[in-house]
Amino acid sequence: MGPGSIAASLATGQGPYFGEFGGRFVPEALVAALDELDTEYQKAKVDPTFTEELMRLHRTYTGRPSIITEVPKFAAHAGGARIILKREDLNHTGSHKINNVLGQALLTRRIGKTRVIAETGAGQHGVATATAAALFDLDCTIYMGEEDTRRQALNVARMRLLGAEVVPVKTGSRTLKDAINEALRDWVTNVETTNYVFGTVAGPHPFPAMVRDLQKIIGEEARQQVLELTGRLPDVVAACVGGGSNAIGIFHAFLDDRGVRLLGFEAGGDGVETGRHAATITAGVPGVLHGARSFLLQDEDGQTIESHSISAGLDYPGVGPEHSWLASIHRAEYRPVTDTQAMDAFRLLCRTEGIIPAIESAHALAGALEIGRELGPEGLILVNLSGRGDKDVETAARWFGLLDEDSASGYSAHDVPEEGDR
Amino acid sequence: MSTTGTTSATASRLRELRAEGRAALVGYLPLGFPDLAGSIEAARAMVDAGVDVVELGIPYSDPVMDGPQIQRAVEQALAAGTRVRDVFGAVEQIAATGAPVLVMTYWNPVVRYGVDAFARDLSAAGGAGLITPDLIPDEAAEWIVASDAHELDRVFLVAPSSSPERLAAASAASRGFVYVASTMGVTGERSTVGSQAERLARDTRSAGADLVCVGLGVSRADQAAEVARYADGVIVGSALVRPLAETTDAAAGVRALRTVVADLAAGIRSSIR
Repeated sequence: MGPGSIAASLATGQGPYFGEFGGRFVPEALVAALDELDTEYQKAKVDPTFTEELMRLHRTYTGRPSIITEVPKFAAHAGGARIILKREDLNHTGSHKINNVLGQALLTRRIGKTRVIAETGAGQHGVATATAAALFDLDCTIYMGEEDTRRQALNVARMRLLGAEVVPVKTGSRTLKDAINEALRDWVTNVETTNYVFGTVAGPHPFPAMVRDLQKIIGEEARQQVLELTGRLPDVVAACVGGGSNAIGIFHAFLDDRGVRLLGFEAGGDGVETGRHAATITAGVPGVLHGARSFLLQDEDGQTIESHSISAGLDYPGVGPEHSWLASIHRAEYRPVTDTQAMDAFRLLCRTEGIIPAIESAHALAGALEIGRELGPEGLILVNLSGRGDKDVETAARWFGLLDEDSASGYSAHDVPEEGDR
Repeated sequence: MSTTGTTSATASRLRELRAEGRAALVGYLPLGFPDLAGSIEAARAMVDAGVDVVELGIPYSDPVMDGPQIQRAVEQALAAGTRVRDVFGAVEQIAATGAPVLVMTYWNPVVRYGVDAFARDLSAAGGAGLITPDLIPDEAAEWIVASDAHELDRVFLVAPSSSPERLAAASAASRGFVYVASTMGVTGERSTVGSQAERLARDTRSAGADLVCVGLGVSRADQAAEVARYADGVIVGSALVRPLAETTDAAAGVRALRTVVADLAAGIRSSIR
């Protein structure tokens, strides 16, 4: 920004493009549905009957506003910096995903469609969608990679309890990206009756802007809450980034607070240098996947590289286009956090504060420990605790060797810690 | 349809066949299935058996417009080590049959290769152009420039859900022909071709397309004959991949493919316009 120029707001991007990222790289058959969704959403977001109904659901169903919690015993391990958690884990269904889903379910009803489909990785978006479908009497099909249905069996059962059909996807890497492929195939075929409730800020326009709008309540609440508690803005806002919906949700209210650093923590898996990770912005190059141009883990032929993370919710080789843009203009920074770092932070929060985080969110916690040491005792860090860890208890038990040997047998080798001291 | 300054080999072929009173048979096979040499041999055999225009698919990790038959084939092609750059040599060998060879590709492999570089190398190999299932004209500015520069066809798709404005835009942007998707859905064999296909083909012509070919779901001779009444070309994919997938004996697969192609070609020739 040159001297004398007026600093333009960074928070106004409506797509289809965020800088050179975004767009609509989709089959022609989906364009009409995307146009309809966009048109209807533009009307709905300025229609009080829509916005008031959504706020009523947030208050009376989700439990918003979610609280903030300062965690001094955890922060003692972060060089003395103050750490405050935004408690999206306390939302109904256990994560931030419900914020987006309730908005899109209201939109589905408004458009007059009777069926929703969704992809899910960890199962949190699938559970949230199944929940909204039950509440709004919509038929619901959830696509989930077969690998993830194993890792997150409890969430599969939850979705089925809520009346959703869960389809294990057996193509490709059998994780989130393949679940999205299969959901897109379903949508192309059934678009007349079906709305695709997309779970993150990736995908073709209008999803990145629409899901962002539905999630930005996280940051709007948290900014006010932190100001009330501390009398100032945080130095750093930290969030984990898979597709990036919880991160954009908490970042957005701070985009124009240029003194606030925005830090996204990507899944570093076994370590970026091993090639087994999901650190898309850290290690990817721009390309086209699932309808948008954005950073992407791809080989030299443009084939998508399979991502790896202990966290099913971050195990995605793409990322939302607005994050790619924020990275390209250096407004937000993105760093990798390994499985081991995330699990260490996971255990630390359990032990010091009595809060079991989602493994996804534990990546942001690990990042906060790291950045806290960089900031020193004067630092103030706001972390988006995007989900709770009930779904991850089995994975954590395995990681830390908390199960009896009998029940631990049969797990795949790469899930088992190599040293006994984890 | 954009024709200025460039003669499309595909369009010329389709017009020749139209003058002969029949539609073209457009046959799809994926590059590298069952292996690279096998895919080239199969494509050449398919031309010999009656395919007029070849649609050669580049295997891609995330083929969202494809049903299970083609998904499995491209997964196998990728597992066998098929590279994007293999397409150019394959195109050259298949084009030597005299049939126009269009490459069907999802967009990211082209982006990664470089849009202009890809167009240049495809043109040098004697390829006719590209069919782009996940690139709509709205996002195609770079490809439109490159395809003009290298005199390549660009085949965009229209779907039953396309608005009249989008039919006009796809018709204006396309060269070679416009690909009419017969139904809402992905590739695969279906018992019936959507009844909307004929109406969509007619609407696409009204929107400015001279040449329209119809695909998705066509697998049998009677369906091909039906489509050939009103379209300039009948596009068949999964039904041609199936005979190659059903056997591990490559020679037997190609023989079975020839039978399927001959049957479809006979269906088209029997069609009464």
